[in-house]
Amino acid sequence: MNPPPEPWRLVHADPDPPFEIIVDDQPVRAVPGQTIGAALWAAGVRSTRHTRGTGRGRGMFCGIGICFDCLMTVNDGPALRVCQIEARPGDVVRTGTM
Amino acid sequence: MPTYDAVVIGAGPAGMSGAHTIGQAGLQVALVDAGPRLGGQFHRHPPAAFHATRPQALHHGWRHFCAFRDRLADLPGVTHLPDHHVWSVEQADGLITVRAVTDLRRPVGVTIRGRALLIATGGYDRQLPFPGWDLPGVLTAGAAQALLKGNLVLAGRRVVVAGSGPFLLPVAAGLGRAGATVVGVYEAARVSRFLRHATTLAQNAGKLVEAARHHATLLRHRIPMHSGWAVVAAHGDTHLAAVTVARLDRAGNPVPGTRRRVPCDTLAIGYGFTPQTELLVQLGCATRVDVDGSVVADVDAGQRTNVPSVYAAGEVTGIGGAALSEVEGVIAGLAIRAGVGKPGRVPRRLLSRRTALRRFAAAMHDVYRVPAGWVGWLTPETIVCRCEEVPAERVRAAVEQDGATQPRTGKLLTRAGMGWCQGRVCAHAVSTLITHFGGRPASPADLATWANRPIAQPVPLRLLADAAPDLSAPQP
Repeated sequence: MNPPPEPWRLVHADPDPPFEIIVDDQPVRAVPGQTIGAALWAAGVRSTRHTRGTGRGRGMFCGIGICFDCLMTVNDGPALRVCQIEARPGDVVRTGTM
Repeated sequence: MPTYDAVVIGAGPAGMSGAHTIGQAGLQVALVDAGPRLGGQFHRHPPAAFHATRPQALHHGWRHFCAFRDRLADLPGVTHLPDHHVWSVEQADGLITVRAVTDLRRPVGVTIRGRALLIATGGYDRQLPFPGWDLPGVLTAGAAQALLKGNLVLAGRRVVVAGSGPFLLPVAAGLGRAGATVVGVYEAARVSRFLRHATTLAQNAGKLVEAARHHATLLRHRIPMHSGWAVVAAHGDTHLAAVTVARLDRAGNPVPGTRRRVPCDTLAIGYGFTPQTELLVQLGCATRVDVDGSVVADVDAGQRTNVPSVYAAGEVTGIGGAALSEVEGVIAGLAIRAGVGKPGRVPRRLLSRRTALRRFAAAMHDVYRVPAGWVGWLTPETIVCRCEEVPAERVRAAVEQDGATQPRTGKLLTRAGMGWCQGRVCAHAVSTLITHFGGRPASPADLATWANRPIAQPVPLRLLADAAPDLSAPQP
């Protein structure tokens, strides 16, 4: 069992049990209340789409819903800003070209 | 559907204090906010499911916020509508109609009507482009803060904090306390400029104490502070691996021979803030350009815009911080109360507090100016508009070859500012760049054209259709 991350210890957090979401067919842990974007960042997933023009990787930039750089496909719906979307158990998230 | 006495948009310090003041007079208020919890960006905090028993470790003014939140909850007339993303605001026949979507996964349309409107939509980090700023791992300073305060996620292991403004200090201090190695803070401004504003600073002792506390945290975590330095490039193949920093001369140009490479996995950067003014522009409210170059609402002493029954408070009237926002929210709330015959006299000490805080903000803006030389940091290939991947050379060509002397023409020719974010991220930089290539400074009119966003949030077409007038009926 890994020790809790330092920010949790700092604020004495005791989150509800984590669950899994699926990101490009790989499981990623999320804590209830966390956004999909934050769960991905915590798991080290930083490039979340490829650009339409040059195909370069892009990831979360503003973190507050302004920039749209973190657009991803969630459960096959229209692209969403994952920094704004709270993760739910079983979410299927995909990186795409957009 | 009820018609509220007032609708307040934005539940940060300005919106919370505005709603509280209006609600105290027994009026009905809708407090509409995009966030999941009260507090806005400044008081962003973890969800209840994290069961954090010591959130104050990461939050300045936490106790103040909690007391405020409880007082608001005690007012039966105040209805908090979280996760409501406002996309349009209209006024007709003395009634204001606010259209929002809630639940971004399956957007549902919500219409809210009120007799008065307080716009307190805050702001977000202002950015300057530089080579490599589109690499994953480059974040806004606000994003690093939102990850930490709202999600308890550390932005990185080895972090560089850069840009300009007093906000860099709490960002670096928070990251340091939470366990990141903050390699350095690179503040573009020369802090010695503070000496010009000694009197104003002395009148705002509380702010000095706050800054001193952040500096002490930086010292404790051995975070070096470099004043007069900037990140001028970011490097990496698929992810950020290093940045180049350089000392700046007075004009903001890198001093030859001072460039050096700093390995890091994360860069948190911001050059002050941009107010979120599109709802004001939708209503036709007059704007002006503030001392920091931001387009802001032009309000009178009672926080009234020139549009009847429409008020503005907080960062949308000029970037000035949480304390000023809160004061402005109270003054706007009192003015709204007075407008419907409720007690609304503004205490003199509130007015002088606003004046002192506004003067302090102006001093800050004078110290932490955008380094004019940033245009020289760009290479021809540097992306300036992230959404549409527009390189600097295309903007130059639009001006020098195609004669785009106005930012609007430059936008149409290059598509800069026409992507998803509607120019929120690049407006300041690209409009400055277009006028720079044209050989003149950006005028207030140049800057204002980029604040126009007739639909402020993504909405499904079906909601637009629902909001449209019935065109099947016979037209007069």
